[in-house]
Amino acid sequence: MSTIRVLVGTKKGAFILTSDGKRKQWNVNGPHFGGWELYHLKGSPIEPNRIYASQTSSWFGQIIQRSDDGGTTWHQPGTPPGEPTTTPDGMPKGESNKFLYDTSPETGKPLTTHQHYDGTQRPWEFKRVWHLEPSLTDPDTVYAGIEDAALFRSSNGGQTWQELPGLRDVKGSLWQPGAGGMCLHTIVQDPSNPQRIYIAISAAGTFRTDDGGKTWRAITRGLKSKYELPDADAEVGHCVHRIAMHPTRPNVLFMQKHWDVMRSDDAGESWHEISGNLPTDFGFPIDVHAHEPETVYVVPIKSDSEHFPPDGKLRVYRSRTGGNEWEALTNGLPQRDCYVNVLRDAMAVDSLDPCGIYFGTSGGQVYSSANAGDSWTPIVRDLPAVLSVEVQTLP
Amino acid sequence: MIRVVLPAHLRTLARIDGEVRLDVKGKVTQRSVLDALEVRYPMLQGTIRDHGTLKRRAFVRFFACEQDLSHEPPDAPLPDAVATGAEPFLIVGAMAGG
Repeated sequence: MSTIRVLVGTKKGAFILTSDGKRKQWNVNGPHFGGWELYHLKGSPIEPNRIYASQTSSWFGQIIQRSDDGGTTWHQPGTPPGEPTTTPDGMPKGESNKFLYDTSPETGKPLTTHQHYDGTQRPWEFKRVWHLEPSLTDPDTVYAGIEDAALFRSSNGGQTWQELPGLRDVKGSLWQPGAGGMCLHTIVQDPSNPQRIYIAISAAGTFRTDDGGKTWRAITRGLKSKYELPDADAEVGHCVHRIAMHPTRPNVLFMQKHWDVMRSDDAGESWHEISGNLPTDFGFPIDVHAHEPETVYVVPIKSDSEHFPPDGKLRVYRSRTGGNEWEALTNGLPQRDCYVNVLRDAMAVDSLDPCGIYFGTSGGQVYSSANAGDSWTPIVRDLPAVLSVEVQTLP
Repeated sequence: MIRVVLPAHLRTLARIDGEVRLDVKGKVTQRSVLDALEVRYPMLQGTIRDHGTLKRRAFVRFFACEQDLSHEPPDAPLPDAVATGAEPFLIVGAMAGG
């Protein structure tokens, strides 16, 4: 029988939740790295026991952790597991934590400025890794989305990182931080074309490369940000919250924008709105059913200043028609006095049949549904605020 | 011998208990002490000072001899009591956030 492993990043550590394929009884393991913010953990799709984690702190900076045994033990990838650590030569080297923007004349770009909240220009400054996206084909290759927004890649299992600086070329001076910071939070690889990657930044928009990350362009035609930008359909500046793709249809993308749920049928060349009958089209996560490419999930949130569900009711909305027609999924979710948030990286799906859906809240609950959203149960109720949820379906 | 006290999270990262004792060659300053600390414990690079600019991270403070030295120039001499090992150099996580 399959095993499900849910990787949960929280404000105060990481937790690993495991169950068999029935998804009824869960084992909760953690906290790992207690006291640190775990922005994101994600396993390699081709070597699932290889898990990368972003451990970060406003106090003490960025640490990259890696497990090669499914989360039982961890190490900083600059030092192999088991290497002696009691002598100076045996200490972790720490180079896996070094994210330096590439400003070299040969390969990089000058480190210019971007907009601050008040519209003034500020220099780029590394803050943290928001998202780690392991390669679809190589367990040693992993991408990191960082704040201030840039994309980094490691080709040696996270030991060292290099920026893909061409991204900052796309009108970087007009990018600005969203409420959570100027973060690159979404990295989507096209399984049919290894040269094509999509990324999204708050608040800069969404971008695509077709040459493995050397050059990029904004793919924002059809996005409108009437209340956020002086030019509502500007090329850059849109606050994109999340993009999702079904691997069998890589040209179809779903987007939760600051306001508006959007869809593209042409690899991001153009977008159209699919918010339809949602009670509010603000929100953070969006995801696609593992076996039904037209079944999409969002969690509507009241507004950009009121980061909680409308009417105190926590509802996941599901569309089985690729958007526009949405149904509220409420069975097992609190339908009164609930004022939690669900962040952009805090929803994921497993690949069992029926498909399992998982999400975590700012109140520390992780909910799961073993029937594609028809009913929900909490796996845990009292974790620290959840930042990210990823799911691994293991044979 | 310079004595350095680290906050708990950094002791965990560096896998140490208690104070760190460092040999610092030449003038004893914030920079020379932190350089020596990072040579001994390279995993602390980036946790106290930014990797690129080597500026003190905003939520890290430096105390010694009941003084806040956080805003002293990095090349200013540390107090004699620190240089002789009579008093430790304290690296502290700021109380931001309550």
